[in-house]
Amino acid sequence: MFNSELMKKLSDCFGPSGREKYIRELIIDEIKDYVDEISTDPLGNLIARKKGSGKKIMFSAHMDQIGLIVTHVDEKGFLRFTNVGGLKAKNLLGLHMVFANGLEGVICQEELKDKEKLTMGKLFLDVGVTDKEFVKQNFRVGDMCVFKSQYYETEDCVICKAADDRVGCYILIEALKNHPNTDNDVYYVFSVQEEVGCRGAKTAGYSINPDLAIAVDVTATGDTPDEIIMEVKLDGGAAIKIKDNSLIVHPEVKDMLTYLSEKNNIKYQYEILEFGGTDAGPIHLSREGVPSGVISIPTRNLHTSGEIFSKKDVEECIKLVRAAAGH
Amino acid sequence: MFLKELTELSGVSGYEYEVRNYIKNKLKEIDCEYYIDKLGNVIAHNKGRKNKTIMVAAHMDEVGLIVRQIDSKGLIKFEAVGGIDQRVLNSKVVLVGDNKIPGVIGSKAVHLMSKEERGKSLPIDKLYIDIGTDSKEETEKLVSIGDYVSFKSDYVEFGDNMIKGKALDDRVGCSILLELLSMKLDADFYGVFTVMEEVGLRGAETAAYQLEPDLGIVLEGTVSADMPEVEDYYKTTIIGKGAALSIMDNATVYDIDVVREVAKIAEDNNIQYQYRTSGAGGNDAGAIHKTKKGAKVVSISIPCRYIHSSVSVASKNDYENVLRLTKEVILENQKGD
Repeated sequence: MFNSELMKKLSDCFGPSGREKYIRELIIDEIKDYVDEISTDPLGNLIARKKGSGKKIMFSAHMDQIGLIVTHVDEKGFLRFTNVGGLKAKNLLGLHMVFANGLEGVICQEELKDKEKLTMGKLFLDVGVTDKEFVKQNFRVGDMCVFKSQYYETEDCVICKAADDRVGCYILIEALKNHPNTDNDVYYVFSVQEEVGCRGAKTAGYSINPDLAIAVDVTATGDTPDEIIMEVKLDGGAAIKIKDNSLIVHPEVKDMLTYLSEKNNIKYQYEILEFGGTDAGPIHLSREGVPSGVISIPTRNLHTSGEIFSKKDVEECIKLVRAAAGH
Repeated sequence: MFLKELTELSGVSGYEYEVRNYIKNKLKEIDCEYYIDKLGNVIAHNKGRKNKTIMVAAHMDEVGLIVRQIDSKGLIKFEAVGGIDQRVLNSKVVLVGDNKIPGVIGSKAVHLMSKEERGKSLPIDKLYIDIGTDSKEETEKLVSIGDYVSFKSDYVEFGDNMIKGKALDDRVGCSILLELLSMKLDADFYGVFTVMEEVGLRGAETAAYQLEPDLGIVLEGTVSADMPEVEDYYKTTIIGKGAALSIMDNATVYDIDVVREVAKIAEDNNIQYQYRTSGAGGNDAGAIHKTKKGAKVVSISIPCRYIHSSVSVASKNDYENVLRLTKEVILENQKGD
């Protein structure tokens, strides 16, 4: 059964890269009764542990989402900003944004003759307030905002913001709540700052020093009009990564995930992503090296306010995480 | 303030000997404990009251050039080390190698340039260094491939409390760090003079690996974009408006709570500060915060106009504000209960 309430809560929670406090608190609340140990490291990674005397396994899903950061508040009460994570100016026009304090704004542009030349510097946020003093008091350089959009669900799919990677968090939370009976020493990590370069995973990987690491993150699909050429599709099952720009999955990890899928009747597909990377990138290079892999959730329309994934795929991913945790 | 001496030394990334030797001598004079690590970082220790491990970093290296070829006429072809502003290279006076052979960067005369070439800055491969010789053999007696080249630029104080020199990025940080170490504060911190920042934050990474700081404080010379043609919202920092606190750059998303704490310390002590409002660039904080188990970091910078050129300009007032603020931040973090 898909836990819509949890997924909606995760998607709606504020947490751009470097400002993960609220999403971290939400997840702590959700999992604290199910874990043996829970801690937050200096960068803000949330590290939950199910103790065991066996193999040390680290799962990582990132808590942070893409957003914008205010760089200037002008005399007229407009805000200038730059992107936090992979956002392009042309995809931002007209979008509704929301700040940690609940205040909102909409993205407007300076008059431009040539739309192709639209850059971040030509955009500004109108926060709908004519009282300049109020703007000065409530919006400061360094404040971040994220997409505001309505969570929506059909029989098959979810359309929401920050599915990247709150759906990964959802999967780890659900797997953790049904942690398999095992000797393995399992760490469920909810990492920070993935969208700006997988920074949290680097320090978490160092601290935990695992024998095996598996990132759980979204991936692109090739099943939409004019999309990239890619085999991955919605409803194709859990995507077992083979490579992306940050990682060539250890063959034994790929084989293990394939074996576990087949043994447990888990629907899976292979994924080769020709761009991007995940937490497994820095983790597999940590210390003496860590055999690492990725379980991906096929997701359309990535890095927008409406990312789309299949609920069935999510169920398969949860099963695969549980199987790997207990293997 | 040690800026005159520090800016007139050569220290292109990977070849920081002169700067390191100067700093070593100063540390001996003020009787400060230090060691040199394998990459060449100078790691000084100011012992005192301690709650946490603090690493204060300033990089010794500067952007410069390196000799890659000597042509048949004895002219020297070169490459950039670090992010050199190519527009400013032509007609500059440089010093080549350990013996500081004077040279000028040249190119063909303006009369010989095609229409397309005029009005454009010349790319590095169209430029050469002329050391006044007229044969390959003669040049080879004075210069070898691999020799480092730095700008020749005198330190000058001028105008309204302003200074001009080369390598203000980051000799301003080195100078402030030396002053902090001279104060003998009863607050524990490591003062790290790092190598190879300009080629990718390399020294800071190994230094942080050794020290495992809880808090990293990076002292920098950063870009000032307060020129008339720049819109207000693009002015990264403004010269004369105080210590610049970073909120985000390409290498670090700063913990906003730590940044606001530093801003509050500035306010409480009447120290002028501003935010560095650009997402671009990066400094040693990027390496420090991601090393081992991770660390909190803050960058406190001095705005520099014409950075990465031979004639950077900064304000002595900003320098004083960065010095005072850094001191207060260290004291605040190590104060007793």
